[in-house]
Amino acid sequence: MTYQPPLATLNRRGFVIASLTAAGGMMLGLRHADAATGAADAPVELGAWIVIDPDDSITIRVSKSEMGQGIFTALPMLVAEELGCDWSKVRAEYASANRNLTTHDYGPMGTGGSRSIRSLHTTMQQIGASARARLILAAAQEWNAPVSECSASDGQVRHVASGRALGFGTLAAAAAKVQIAAEPAIKTPDQYTLVGKPVARLDTQAKSTGQAMFGIDVRLPDMVYAAVTLCPVPGGAVKSFDASKVIGRRGIQAVVAVPGGVAVVADRFWRAKQAAANLPVEWDLGAGAGTDSAMFRAEYRAALDGKLAVARDEGDTTRALTQGKLIEAAYEVPHLSHAPMEPLNCTAQVRADGVDVWMGTQNPDMALQLAARAAGVAPEKVQIHTCFLGGGFGRRAMNDELVQAVTVAKAVGKPVKLLWTREIDIRHDRYRPQAALRCRASLAADGSLNGLHIQTAVGSITRSLGWGTAAGGVEPQAVEGLANQPYAVANQRVECVLKNTHIPVMFWRSVGSSQNAFVVESFIDELAHAAGQDAYQFRRKLLAHRPDFVRVLDTAAEKGDWGKPLPAGTGRGIAIHESFDTIVAQVAEVAVSPRGEVKVQRVVAAVDCGHVVNPRLVEMQIESGVIYGLTAAMFDAITIKNGAVEQGNFDTYPMVRMADAPRIETYLTPSNGARWGGIGEPGTPPVAPAVCNAIFAVTGKRIRSLPISDTDLTSRT
Amino acid sequence: MITLTVNGQKHALDIEPETPLLWVLRDELGLTGTKFGCGIAQCGACSVHLNGAVTRSCQVQVGDIDGATVLTIEGLSHDASHPVQRAWIERDVPQCGYCQSGQIMAAVALLQQTPTPSDGDIDDAITNICRCGTYPRIRAAIHRAAELAKG
Repeated sequence: MTYQPPLATLNRRGFVIASLTAAGGMMLGLRHADAATGAADAPVELGAWIVIDPDDSITIRVSKSEMGQGIFTALPMLVAEELGCDWSKVRAEYASANRNLTTHDYGPMGTGGSRSIRSLHTTMQQIGASARARLILAAAQEWNAPVSECSASDGQVRHVASGRALGFGTLAAAAAKVQIAAEPAIKTPDQYTLVGKPVARLDTQAKSTGQAMFGIDVRLPDMVYAAVTLCPVPGGAVKSFDASKVIGRRGIQAVVAVPGGVAVVADRFWRAKQAAANLPVEWDLGAGAGTDSAMFRAEYRAALDGKLAVARDEGDTTRALTQGKLIEAAYEVPHLSHAPMEPLNCTAQVRADGVDVWMGTQNPDMALQLAARAAGVAPEKVQIHTCFLGGGFGRRAMNDELVQAVTVAKAVGKPVKLLWTREIDIRHDRYRPQAALRCRASLAADGSLNGLHIQTAVGSITRSLGWGTAAGGVEPQAVEGLANQPYAVANQRVECVLKNTHIPVMFWRSVGSSQNAFVVESFIDELAHAAGQDAYQFRRKLLAHRPDFVRVLDTAAEKGDWGKPLPAGTGRGIAIHESFDTIVAQVAEVAVSPRGEVKVQRVVAAVDCGHVVNPRLVEMQIESGVIYGLTAAMFDAITIKNGAVEQGNFDTYPMVRMADAPRIETYLTPSNGARWGGIGEPGTPPVAPAVCNAIFAVTGKRIRSLPISDTDLTSRT
Repeated sequence: MITLTVNGQKHALDIEPETPLLWVLRDELGLTGTKFGCGIAQCGACSVHLNGAVTRSCQVQVGDIDGATVLTIEGLSHDASHPVQRAWIERDVPQCGYCQSGQIMAAVALLQQTPTPSDGDIDDAITNICRCGTYPRIRAAIHRAAELAKG
């Protein structure tokens, strides 16, 4: 065996994580080019984003976090589209948050809101085009040829008239010094040759061989491990602990107070974890100690009768609701945990001259600030070494584990890998908010929709994060999918009341749309049924003013065999929702057994995300979003008892597995035009209502509270 | 001392016998391709082959397997040439990638038992959790690996 374990080592210019080469995998994100030495064989930086090696290989720096969505492939594709390089020689590495701190070269590095492509597509093309222009100019100067006669492709600049060609690696040093007269124009979508193709991901081999470096895999010389025990009630604190009960056990080196609890430090993680479990700690449980989910449910329902802020108000909804047939329904959704497969962890080293942090974070800019504060050093002294993220889904946007790791590393003076167990991960998440919603609508005699009134009581994410309260009492996340619901209704009002408890809440894949699409699309289904109309045609009529929605809806209905016969005990449901500038419609085919067992057999998704950088990545994200949303819809709730989260692991917070997973078909119906929609999240919102609407089609039972497993679907025949 | 043969290499370990095999692989031997996901044998991220059978290593105490032979993802091939890995790459299975070592080890074991598995066989044998929802691609890749293995 020639396999070497991953090891991070120090070199002159900082830390370089040695890559694993046993299988010759790509050095994704593991190489920080030493681009400034000026040596003839050194890699050359062309601006902040591109590094060219003498062997013509191209490293493209990625400012966003790779957490499964494929951004390490998609953003480099946009650069390569313009650069004219050989795609087989492209690799990706993380941009430096430390560099960004002073130069702002990379803009906001946070990953979320399905925003990476939406916010960066022009920038990526421009930096590729700019580098190409410099390489061409360098070659033209070398040859004394007019720039207009030179062109770049496949990693070479060519002068066709003379038959000369030079590789990018040869030209890079000169290209780094030339001044181009003006920024070149970027391609229009009709000129793309790489973008739009189903290009293979750059990280697949590393992730199929065990070589991809996640935060949990970082190993440093003299590194020790930390396990934590945290106050079971969020917001509580340590009163006292008795370190003497674990000091003296094999390998145990220190016991350190950290925000929210206590960390035990050992030479091995298992020893630290066992000791942490046996550490006597007395907690001050704090203000949340006496609460439970039943209490919260009642409070959220009651909040709907209080004062609400108006998020949308058109026509005279109050009057409209007094006319025609009134339909009312109350919906509820629980807190949800993110539960990424890689439990939260962070490795930190605090030295006199600075701090180094290795982790998977969705927000390296913020991680850098948090580390600086926890260590008591200037932010300029912090390096964040972002690793692959073993899932994010929003959880890694706020790095509680980093603050703990830096605190411990400072106390023990050694590199520390602090790792949460799954139980800590689920019980100390920042959750998808719990919510109660009330919907009212009036139908005219012909079944048309007169008025619509939707009210939500939900936790404020920005308040929970300490980022302040939304102006006017309307938080965009709270009403996303409500305030912008697409159906034409002359009289409609959307209201919200923000209500927080001691349970911290945050962004969960698709955020407000995760609950609001369930409610709107279930309620629209109720209205279609009350009007005696087909659920697809009812939506279609109300969306006639939005041809983009109609096209997506039609595609899903057609490909999903809407209206075609199904075996007994099987039904279809449809839902459509726009989030993050992408419209997704889904048709779910669901079987419900007489014993009430639900099996989602097939999900057909139609997607308009506008321009498609890589259709394979888009399909993967739709599949991913469907499964993620299905897990929540079918099985999951985070519930509170005595102030603490009751669930702790996958036995009590179950996941969709292979046998539960439907066949998923994705159809892209891109409108192009000006739309560059997101894709990491929009697959998630429609699946819960599509499945619940299908369950209604089979059983006649309307599910108004998730998860589905809480409803008895046994047939009483 | 507990002895283990891991990926063909013999190790003698001075370690508490109740230590889970997972943490021996990761922290003692530096074989970090095998992942920690739940610690209660629910998710399968820690799947390895123990004496030839796919096993969730987080629930195996090394004291109980003295002398055992263990195969991890790192020992599957030197160069991603195993048919299952080739199929994984061909079908672009991984997203975040964290669970994939375990998924691959489970798939290899399935194909050893059942060279041409049906969808039902795959449902029964592949019970590992993937939070990114790569199941449709895992299924396709297992069928593809079955073809590749036959040459």
